[in-house]
Amino acid sequence: MFQSLTERLSGVLDKLTRRGALTEGDVVEAMREVRRALLEADVALDVVKDFTEKVKAKAVGAEVLRSVTPGQMVVKIVNDELVAMLGSDAQPIDLHAAPPVGILMVGLQGSGKTTTTAKIAYRLTNRDRKKVLMASLDTRRPAAQEQLRVLGEQTGVATLPIIAGQNPLQIARRAEDAAKLGGFDVIIYDTAGRVTVDEELMDEVRDVKAAIHPHEVLLVADSLTGQDAVNTAKAFDGHIGVTGIVLTRADGDGRGGAALSMRAVTGKPIKLIGVGEKWDALEDFHPGRIASRILGM
Amino acid sequence: FSKRKLDANTLDDLEDLLIQSDLGLETTSRITDAIGKGRFEKGISADEVRSVLATEVERVLTPVAKPLVIEPSHKPHVIMMVGVNGTGKTTTIGKLANKFKSEGKSVVLAAGDTFRAAAIDQLKVWGERAGVPVVAREVGGDSSGLAFDALKQAQATGADVLLLDTAGRLQNKQVLMEELEKVTRVLKKLDPSAPHDVVLVLDATTGQNALNQVEVFRDRAGVTGLIMTKLDGTARGGILVAIAAKFGLPVHAIGVGEGADDLQAFSAADFARAIAGI
Ligand SMILES: Nc1nc2c(ncn2[C@@H]2O[C@H](COP(=O)(O)OP(=O)(O)OP(=O)(O)O)[C@@H](O)[C@H]2O)c(=O)[nH]1
Ligand SMILES: Nc1nc2c(ncn2[C@@H]2O[C@H](COP(=O)(O)OP(=O)(O)OP(=O)(O)O)[C@@H](O)[C@H]2O)c(=O)[nH]1
Ligand SMILES: [K+]
Ligand SMILES: [Mg+2]
Ligand SMILES: [Mg+2]
Repeated sequence: MFQSLTERLSGVLDKLTRRGALTEGDVVEAMREVRRALLEADVALDVVKDFTEKVKAKAVGAEVLRSVTPGQMVVKIVNDELVAMLGSDAQPIDLHAAPPVGILMVGLQGSGKTTTTAKIAYRLTNRDRKKVLMASLDTRRPAAQEQLRVLGEQTGVATLPIIAGQNPLQIARRAEDAAKLGGFDVIIYDTAGRVTVDEELMDEVRDVKAAIHPHEVLLVADSLTGQDAVNTAKAFDGHIGVTGIVLTRADGDGRGGAALSMRAVTGKPIKLIGVGEKWDALEDFHPGRIASRILGM
Repeated sequence: FSKRKLDANTLDDLEDLLIQSDLGLETTSRITDAIGKGRFEKGISADEVRSVLATEVERVLTPVAKPLVIEPSHKPHVIMMVGVNGTGKTTTIGKLANKFKSEGKSVVLAAGDTFRAAAIDQLKVWGERAGVPVVAREVGGDSSGLAFDALKQAQATGADVLLLDTAGRLQNKQVLMEELEKVTRVLKKLDPSAPHDVVLVLDATTGQNALNQVEVFRDRAGVTGLIMTKLDGTARGGILVAIAAKFGLPVHAIGVGEGADDLQAFSAADFARAIAGI
């Protein structure tokens, strides 16, 4: 997902390290190129500005420029800032709560919520030996509940029986009761996609959250997202409060800027990445490794 | 009203606005350069700046604003929908079916996404909503076989329009792109001029990757036009300006919601004004 950013950035930074002495002007010029590389990778403009300002402030200090290897020091500053931005440790889904542990999936239309619901359920069932129930609260998209039912069949994970006419809140409550009765460890609530400007639907999912107290609220976002990543992340986190982010379609050759933007504006960790359409195509997100890879180190 | 000079700061603000709408660096600097050249140092208000900007963007978009035209001599006129996963292909087919039906045309839908869970059921719901038949086969079947059957049936019933759904696919997946090529080949066995339109559905929230989507789907699937969805959200879809400048492919319509009526003709002027924040 980060290939092109990696190529661009390592080009800029290589030039710096090959240099013996550095002037303030060299640093400013390099940051201009870093800015271009980040913007072309779809990192949100405000995040880019913030990033280059921070690096510049640290890099133009006298110790750096007068050191024996100023270029390498600047590269290290860029690396450290990138790691700070992405977070350094992998943060898996947290299940440390009284069962049934709720996981609420939210996001824009078509971002991959339903597919990711099945992927997480499949992993928790087979790898972590958890008893998982999936419930679709999507009463809007045609055949959405049927989609989750089929995925449940394919992955061998239980789904809440579909009852026509119930609203999302009623379905969520029914899922909770069913999970308690059935001795389930985890309930994953899939929800309908919604645009953030739709107040009514944003309120609806907030009310669901208030009723079921999920332990995790995962924002599912497309890694091909452009500058809108910031609006999406801010709106879902601000309105509902998310605990983590899942980036889907990381198997595409998108530039992955959304990952940096969403993390930066919410401070919430990217927990998982989707790398395909099948239910085993889910990976942990290792920010430290990603940062090193972006910088080609 | 503050009259201010179109100085470097104003141009920077303008540049930020365009970048934040996903126009990309290249298209952004081309537009700000064009504006800067004409008006630099002349007194101009912030509102005037925006209107100049809208005019520049509109100039790029006007040549590509072209509706989908159903050719009556094609029986049926075959429209194939392609694109990356989740962009809105199936929903847009539902909307188009509704539109053509209300114009008095006979429409057939083909459930060519035999892969995604419940993709067929989803299209069937749209078929019911629009009151048009849906040709479908079993899940996991061959999508080119389904396309063949559907075209045959649409020909036999003398339908005016056949809308063919396909599974979403990332453009870097070779096998999946070959599958699309096969669908096109199979359609040509029944009608050498089909498909008459291959519409790439783009999601307005997509960033710079959309340029590559257009390039690859055009080369591999013979895309003839575009529809951009999800413009009812906060994304402005500015990448379409870069796409128009680079590829010149027609933009047929935009999606502005999830309902059957949430499809609008593409207006270069309206789109440009939205980007300029007017
Ligand atoms: N290539 C790829 N496709 C994915 C991935 N995750 C999901 N998809 C595909 O993206 C499309 C949309 O996925 P869904 O799970 O239906 O998305 P959703 O967010 O539930 O959609 P709505 O409920 O309509 O808002 C489907 O075609 C999925 O197969 C991924 O990681 N990689
Ligand atoms: N807000 C909004 N949502 C849309 C629009 N068009 C489609 N959607 C929603 O986006 C989601 C995905 O739409 P689909 O039509 O299933 O997309 P698709 O391209 O067929 O997806 P795959 O077949 O999985 O690749 C659904 O929740 C739709 O309701 C639009 O213009 N605006
Ligand atoms: K999308
Ligand atoms: Mg869904
Ligand atoms: Mg579809």
